[in-house]
Amino acid sequence: MPLLEKGVPVEDRFVQVADDAPLPADSPAVISFARLQRDADALAGRNVPLGVQMASATQARDIAPFLDRVALVVIEFPKFRDGRGFTIARTLRERFGYAGELRACGHILPDQYEFLVRCGFTSVAVPEGADLGVWAAALDRFHVAYQAGMDAAPVISGLRRRLALG
Amino acid sequence: MQAKVKTKGTAQPLVVTANRLRDGRVVWLAEGGAWVEHLAQAHVFLGEQAEAGLAEGAEAEKSQQVVGAYVAEVSVGPAGIVPVRARERFRALGPSVGAVAA
Amino acid sequence: MDIVEGHAALNAGVSTRAGIYHYDEYDREFLRERVAEFRGQVGRRLAGALTEDEFKPLRLMNGLYLQLHAYMLRCAIPYGVLSSAQMRQFAHVARVYDRGFGHFTTRQNLQFNWIKLEEAPDALAALAEADLHALQTSGNCIRNVTTDEFAGAAADELVDPRVYAEILRQWSTLHPEFSFLPRKFKIAITGAPTDRAAIQVHDIGLLAKPGPAGDVGFEVWAGGGLGRVPIIGTKLRDWLSERDFLGYMEAILRVYNALGGRENIHKARIKILVRDLGPEAFIRLVEDEFAALPREKFPLDPAVVAAIQAHFAAPAFADLPHAGTDLALRTAENSPFADWVAHNTHPHKQPGYISAIISLKPIGGIPGDATADQMDAIADLADRYSFDEVRVTHYQNLVLPHVRQDELFDVWHALRGLGLATPNIGTVTDIIACPGLDYCSLANARAIPVAQLLSERFADLRRQYDIGPITLNISGCINACGHHHVGAIGILGVDKKGEEFYQLTLGGSAGNDAAIGEIIGPAVPYDAVVDAVETVVKTYVAQRRPGEAFLQTYRRIGMAPFKDALYATA
Repeated sequence: MPLLEKGVPVEDRFVQVADDAPLPADSPAVISFARLQRDADALAGRNVPLGVQMASATQARDIAPFLDRVALVVIEFPKFRDGRGFTIARTLRERFGYAGELRACGHILPDQYEFLVRCGFTSVAVPEGADLGVWAAALDRFHVAYQAGMDAAPVISGLRRRLALG
Repeated sequence: MQAKVKTKGTAQPLVVTANRLRDGRVVWLAEGGAWVEHLAQAHVFLGEQAEAGLAEGAEAEKSQQVVGAYVAEVSVGPAGIVPVRARERFRALGPSVGAVAA
Repeated sequence: MDIVEGHAALNAGVSTRAGIYHYDEYDREFLRERVAEFRGQVGRRLAGALTEDEFKPLRLMNGLYLQLHAYMLRCAIPYGVLSSAQMRQFAHVARVYDRGFGHFTTRQNLQFNWIKLEEAPDALAALAEADLHALQTSGNCIRNVTTDEFAGAAADELVDPRVYAEILRQWSTLHPEFSFLPRKFKIAITGAPTDRAAIQVHDIGLLAKPGPAGDVGFEVWAGGGLGRVPIIGTKLRDWLSERDFLGYMEAILRVYNALGGRENIHKARIKILVRDLGPEAFIRLVEDEFAALPREKFPLDPAVVAAIQAHFAAPAFADLPHAGTDLALRTAENSPFADWVAHNTHPHKQPGYISAIISLKPIGGIPGDATADQMDAIADLADRYSFDEVRVTHYQNLVLPHVRQDELFDVWHALRGLGLATPNIGTVTDIIACPGLDYCSLANARAIPVAQLLSERFADLRRQYDIGPITLNISGCINACGHHHVGAIGILGVDKKGEEFYQLTLGGSAGNDAAIGEIIGPAVPYDAVVDAVETVVKTYVAQRRPGEAFLQTYRRIGMAPFKDALYATA
């Protein structure tokens, strides 16, 4: 699945590792939240970046105690209409101060790209076969927003802010 | 409203209907796979035969012709093809109320 | 020219005195981009790059429904306020993209019933020329914020809610976190002690009120709603400061977005979450979320409030004496005018002024509908008599908010010529009716012809006045767009084996004494519903004490006498 950062495809340095598979010794790896909780102590000494993947049903507060151990949080969107991931991302950033990589995966539309970025996502694993041109163009769709996001959008006047995501 | 044919093995007269994608107008599946605006021209299936009509509907959705194809029960008699349910009668005839008088 | 007029003139080329939010270049840039985005989305849909499943939420966020016969476009009228120029643009869109008429709704919006998908981007572009749009009038997002139709005019108003309604509108527009909620989200706000915005039956309801230090704060309600599970809201806060206003709204939405039901669309509104968690637990979650917000990011800057408030400055009222003798004389000598003044006006805070209600409920007519010609004529009246301003009520009528009392007779006379002066506001013929099965793909039964027949049955004006104040609301299905739950008499269309049946409820109310109507008994068929309502009304008339309105009598005597009258075998 192509990985996008700022609308541009990038290499994914992380590998997905199943719950029962051994972790690679020298490669950044993404494990499930269940495994992170189960193996937290065993993983404490690991000095290769760790990532965790969580379902939208998981709340930000549940994963918060583990944030200092991970360099990547992946949030699954089961269906693009399920907008819980936006709140999870925002909460991880604003309330729990998470500063690592935040990735969206699952069923997402390019029409949501600006929302994802403004909620604090740094990368998006777009669905297989996605039209990358449409995704890239999506970041250039709007240049005015009416509320603060995680992006550094300067105030124009009143509540309006200047967006420059693309 | 049925997206699948429930009246298996019976001779219930059915038509397949949908809305045309580009303008939203009510259309009925006619002979030869055409989608027509007048119920009188719709093809009447009997019971399970309508499965083929629903398959046509699914194809027409995939090719961006129509949206939301389903089967509707009708009766066929001296008055022609008449939908059984009130909802389909209004889809066939249009709103029962005229536009507000100028 | 004052600052608002100057601003508007610079940016619009058309100066308007109307108390609307006047767009500047940034608002217009945003709207242009939104129209362009939708044009792209429609293009992708027609080309097959988006499935209907993917496209549907996107088109709903632009207010475009697929109904029984065609696409329906629900245009936003922010908090029910529009300028005459905007009304004329609606008339233009009605003529070019629809069949020459529109329908005003219970959420102060305007619906066009005959739109084509392939023309929708052009229709939206046309609307954008008058700073109009259909943003977020549907879909699982924050919808049009509604308010008191007399905002900024009512004599009993303490705080003008329009400025906060506008702040909410902007804040909620394409909010990155809250555009994919579990379900729709409706906010209502009022600024008068008499609640004309039905705040207790909204997802969030707000009462703006003055504080002891002359500041403005809010009473906050949440978790109210109608539909399948009608519930009166829970009060979260007796006092929320203006500074904390948006932060607190974020906290409520965040709790809802995270925890609202996503499995079953019938259990997805915030009212279900509040009920299932229990009000105390819900309030704790909101307060916890609010306390955890980064404070430096969320305070509402008083300078921002003041800048938006400037758009809603009072119009240049003339210095007039209160209640001109002219008016008293005219009402004394002209009984039809007197009837109209008694029912279709509302007291104004400015001496010598009054608000005039335009009835869109002519006897036998379609409730809430107006032709393009009527829209143009109303725009002309607004220009001439009401500082270019029109309001939409949530019971499907219109208002000229700022009319000179000494011009009221001329306004009435003009409205009469247009068929818009039926003196029936608040009476049994001032019926709310949703589009129903004539138009709506969600409906079980028709509502419009039922309203027409009822209107004709009760056409006698003296009889209407004798019956007195009463709300008669008709919904074609349980989604309750006709607000039947809060009608003193509510009528709900149900489907019995594919035929139209109607269930009556009694005792509903949307105001300060909000209550959900109770079902009287088994549903009756289409050709019995008018007689059933007449039986209920006759029962009230027979049982009432002097001065008792329908609702009061019902609350005193209960359901039994009505039920007996309706279902007793002849």
